[in-house]
Amino acid sequence: MQNITGTLPIIPIQHYVLFCTLMFVIGVAGVLIKRNALVIFMSIEIMLNSINLLLVAFSVYHNDPAGQIFVFFVMIVAAAEVAVGLALVVMVYRHTHSIDIDFLNKLKW
Amino acid sequence: MMNLFWVIPLFPLLGFLISAINFRHFPVRTNGWIASSMVFISFILSLFVFFDLAGGASAQTIILFDWIKTGTLNLPVELLIDTLSSVMLLIITGVGLLIHIYSIGYMRDDDGYRRYFSCMNLFIFFMLILVMGGSYLVMFIGWEGVGLCSYLLIGFWNRKHENNDAARKAFIMNRIGDLGFLLGMFLIYYTFGSLSFNVIFSKAALMLPGTAVLTIITLLLFVGATGKSAQIPLLTWLPDAMAGPTPVSALIHAATMVTAGVYMVARSNILYSLSPLSMSVVAIVGVLTALLAAVIALFQNDIKKVLAYSTISQLGLMFLGLGVGAFAGSMFHLMTHAFFKALLFLAAGNIIHSLSGEQDIRYMGGLQKRLPWTFLIFFTGALSISGIPPFSGFFSKDEILAAVFSKSPVLWGLGIIVSVMTASYIFRLFWLTFKGTLRGTKMNTDSIHESPMVMLIPLLVFGVLSAFGALPLFIQGIDRNSLTTFLNPVFKNSNEILQNISPVSSNTKYFLMAVTLSLIVLSIFVTYTIFVKNKHTPAEENILRKGFIKLAYNKFYLDELYDTIIVKPVNQLSGFFRDTVDLKIFDKIVESTGRLVMYSGSKIRLLQTGNVGFYLFAMVISIILVLFFNLIK
Repeated sequence: MQNITGTLPIIPIQHYVLFCTLMFVIGVAGVLIKRNALVIFMSIEIMLNSINLLLVAFSVYHNDPAGQIFVFFVMIVAAAEVAVGLALVVMVYRHTHSIDIDFLNKLKW
Repeated sequence: MMNLFWVIPLFPLLGFLISAINFRHFPVRTNGWIASSMVFISFILSLFVFFDLAGGASAQTIILFDWIKTGTLNLPVELLIDTLSSVMLLIITGVGLLIHIYSIGYMRDDDGYRRYFSCMNLFIFFMLILVMGGSYLVMFIGWEGVGLCSYLLIGFWNRKHENNDAARKAFIMNRIGDLGFLLGMFLIYYTFGSLSFNVIFSKAALMLPGTAVLTIITLLLFVGATGKSAQIPLLTWLPDAMAGPTPVSALIHAATMVTAGVYMVARSNILYSLSPLSMSVVAIVGVLTALLAAVIALFQNDIKKVLAYSTISQLGLMFLGLGVGAFAGSMFHLMTHAFFKALLFLAAGNIIHSLSGEQDIRYMGGLQKRLPWTFLIFFTGALSISGIPPFSGFFSKDEILAAVFSKSPVLWGLGIIVSVMTASYIFRLFWLTFKGTLRGTKMNTDSIHESPMVMLIPLLVFGVLSAFGALPLFIQGIDRNSLTTFLNPVFKNSNEILQNISPVSSNTKYFLMAVTLSLIVLSIFVTYTIFVKNKHTPAEENILRKGFIKLAYNKFYLDELYDTIIVKPVNQLSGFFRDTVDLKIFDKIVESTGRLVMYSGSKIRLLQTGNVGFYLFAMVISIILVLFFNLIK
């Protein structure tokens, strides 16, 4: 552990930022393009994790552990969200025999 | 007793609560006796207070509690007892007691028996507060309270629409007067920094006569008095107020409440005597009202309407007395008027009762044999109001007229005309009712009967009081009225300011008396000739009347005049505001706001396609836009 935190700053911060942005954009693109509810879910997880990574990176560079604590919170919330979200997906599947979000257009007007 | 005088009004209040709470296991008829006994207790206590004061006890003020106390504004509830208020207490509780007992008989078969007595007790309570108030504020509470009770009792038979209209009319016209009273109170507080009588009157006594602010204050207060006491211009409510039960007319609209204005002016005597202009206004309004009402009374055919106009006329006479500085004389006339007018109303009540509700004197006549007691009592009252010695009305009227003569012979002349007309209309009423033959329909002639004892005994007491009530006051000699002496502490300062202690000489006085008396006797004789010898009866309703008679018969079109110049314009203005300003402007603005929201909603909701992919896209685009605009800011 000591070792990893020591080696992290070797990579410049710009790289982290660039990488995380890339991951985030991939997540966003997944959410926008995909119609499968499960894939959209995974894309959301990718976005969350990109943010997590960014938080850890900044926390190391600033020598402030608060960022890493945050990451734990985000993970917990994500886990809870996944539990609820997957339950929803299961229910949707039972009703429509499909997890295509384009079928979910009843909620309007 | 003097220290406990504040308990006097509590008994009628208790009676009101007992009657109003409506105990189910109480027989309904007991309410009348409970109410009467409460007034009786107050009457006994008032007697004690009166004898204490007559025995030399001094006036007392007590502060019951602080009502409003914020910053410099300090308005306590205080009560005052002095000779003036003790005389009023005796009149209110005494007359009130007799009328309560009379009502037990009169209202016997009425459905609203309990309601009637609760209102009557409440009225006595407020009237006592009015006269015992130690400040204008407390007086005003009583003033409003009696107005409320008057409203409730005029509209007592509230199934009939006209009665409710009459009640509302009385209430609204009184409100106009009350506005004057209120403004006067504000100005008093602004000028003297207090509403308490003791403070105001002692400060006012140091002011110069004719100070402008005093004139304005007294004129504003007099506006209040014209409302309550039905003087010009606020007089048209009183004749309509006869819609209530007759004992109510006797108690509220003849003996007590309508005299509140006289009492208020007499109470504020120092303020008035310091403003000569207001005094003249009071005197002139008084004499004009007296004349106008007497003329109208001469041509009315409803027995209660005649008495109502007679009340207005007599009140005008009292104001004339106040206006020339005869405060004690006016209070004296207030007292005797309470006796003989209550008597006349109650006797009229007997007549109406026995004729099963007939009030038109054209259908009466020949009642002397059928109602011998009522005849005798009514005759006493008629002599008293006409001013025949030694009946009590003679002394009080004479006292006012003598004082008027020493100030202004013109006003005195008008006063004499009023007196002569008074005798004429009351004897016209008397002859038409009791002499000749009955002109009524068969239906209401069968049931004619003399009233029960519970109604006759109070009448007999009033008869004795109207006949000889004034005599004990002259026990020390014909020129030494004990009431004047008794009331002197209250009016002393005013008398010094006005310096009207120099009365007319005895010879002049007796000469004036003789002139008045002979004219009155002549008018009685003339009415006897017209209505008994020549058997003249007033014309039917639909007969065409001409000239002055038409004018007087229609009450000088006062109601129509007010209708045209006040009621209709106000109605039109209200109609304009309702139809144009409210419906066309404000309602449009409010409604179009709603319509705009509805319309835009109906369009915008179409954006909600239900397509989750679209929502997500919109969300992302929006977040990007927010970030973008944050960045470029």
